[in-house]
Amino acid sequence: MAIHASELNSAAVEVEGISKRFGAAVQPHRLMPWRKAKKPKLALDQVSMHVESGRITGILGANGSGKSTLIRILATLLTPDAGRASVFGSDVVRHPAQVRRHINRVSVEASFFKEMSPWENMLYAARLYGSGGDGTRDRVEAMLERLGLPLDTLDKPMKQLSRGQQQKVAIARSFLTSPSLLLMDEPTTGLDPRSKREVQELVRSIRRDRAATVLLCTHDLQEAEVLCDRVVVIDQGRVLAEGTPSDLIRAHAAPSGSLEDAFMRLTGKRLEEDEEEKEE
Amino acid sequence: MTGNVLRWEMNAFVGFIERQKNLYRRYWAWEAVWLLYNLVSVLSIGYLAAGLSTLGIERSKANLQQTELYLLIGALLWTYLSMVFFEVSFAITWERWEGTIEYTFMAPIKRLTHLLGMCAASLIYGVLRAAIIGLAVVALFRLDLLRANWLTALVLFAAATLPLLGLGIFTSILPLLSPEKGEQMAFAVQGVLLLISGVYYPISVLPWPLRLVGIVSPLTYTLDGVRQALLHGLTLAAALPDIGILLLMGVVLVPASVWCFGRAEIRAKRLGLLKRSG
Repeated sequence: MAIHASELNSAAVEVEGISKRFGAAVQPHRLMPWRKAKKPKLALDQVSMHVESGRITGILGANGSGKSTLIRILATLLTPDAGRASVFGSDVVRHPAQVRRHINRVSVEASFFKEMSPWENMLYAARLYGSGGDGTRDRVEAMLERLGLPLDTLDKPMKQLSRGQQQKVAIARSFLTSPSLLLMDEPTTGLDPRSKREVQELVRSIRRDRAATVLLCTHDLQEAEVLCDRVVVIDQGRVLAEGTPSDLIRAHAAPSGSLEDAFMRLTGKRLEEDEEEKEE
Repeated sequence: MTGNVLRWEMNAFVGFIERQKNLYRRYWAWEAVWLLYNLVSVLSIGYLAAGLSTLGIERSKANLQQTELYLLIGALLWTYLSMVFFEVSFAITWERWEGTIEYTFMAPIKRLTHLLGMCAASLIYGVLRAAIIGLAVVALFRLDLLRANWLTALVLFAAATLPLLGLGIFTSILPLLSPEKGEQMAFAVQGVLLLISGVYYPISVLPWPLRLVGIVSPLTYTLDGVRQALLHGLTLAAALPDIGILLLMGVVLVPASVWCFGRAEIRAKRLGLLKRSG
């Protein structure tokens, strides 16, 4: 979806004091005493951030830090309890339809109809985003060829594709709708090194060729360092720091340190540790 | 609505029908099993009626044929109505199960287009399946349809579509409200409709509280009207009150269900239920 020049000059994303709590404090019900009291979880706590147009901004955080909650609020799938968020000037709660015309999302899990083929899934996506007529098949074929996917995968059920191939189809699907803001939630998690590199190159090309803004949630600090123009470090629902990777390294790590060192200093833990905890 | 917006929404509407067609094709083995199950159910009901004579319950041949036709019409219509109801009411459950719910809900289209697209796909598929089963019934049973008024039956059938879709959309809200229990609740609603709508018996045999609920079920008027048209040749003029009631129910139920769906979507967004795991 094309955006106006005036929108390109404005911030792609503005988030001001967003808070989100899941599971309101529920006491045992008098009439249903067997129902357990739930403990609420604060997913986002007064988060504010500013994402400039045409940039790749990384959101770094451990599991449960609130990254995906933020992405889901921007994708109009979740409403915040407090604060406001806008995408190219449109409020995500009051004007979700306008926001949806600008965005697309690539999530960590493949969101596809698994029995349907990549072509059928992409045709469905094209229809939802105002195209799908003549020439769509040619566009899809050209896109998949560019992504290094063999064309014979186009008509196989999605479930027969590897995870790397599925993720490439997900990225191709998002390209098909030409979003101005691409929300990527850990797009390279679980990919083999080669697929990971190919996906990273694609992310670069989105910005280079399409002047799109990318908001990238990642666990991979090296990935963030090489891909992102700016990085926001988030932990337990709060923004701890933001800036360019080199700014963060300079401010929070030793002179010869890395983004990982800066992250550890800020949060007091390594991302890998968190991954191990999750697996346990 | 400007031309561009209308074209955009129409494109998405076609997308939902196309998607369902592809899904039915890809899940053809499951669909074949369900079709066989429906066919067997309808035939069993037909043979149950035919077998009544051997039990000495229905001695008159004329009465037996009427009973057979009465039950077969009920079984066939229920197959169609329950299938459409199932497809519409499980629209959300299916998306959650496939993992595409977030993708569909963040698409830049009106929710009305989404729901109507699902309804249209269900109607087309429901008619096709009912037609296949209907052909099998015609081939296996000697039905006396000489007095049938097909036009009346067809108009009643069409008029019943609107309230049926309204009920389906209402039920599709349940999995949106409760990802864990919504699916089972939708089955329960379907069961209640079977009980109170006079599928295999007139609702006059029900105890009064159930009869009262049966009176507000659009399926009651559909089944009764179509039966009257096929068994006794009910004229279109005589069916007008039933057609009017069905249309009125549709005019109320469809917008009300779409509005309620919108409220449920707002709630789901507030509670974070719009995701695959709920």
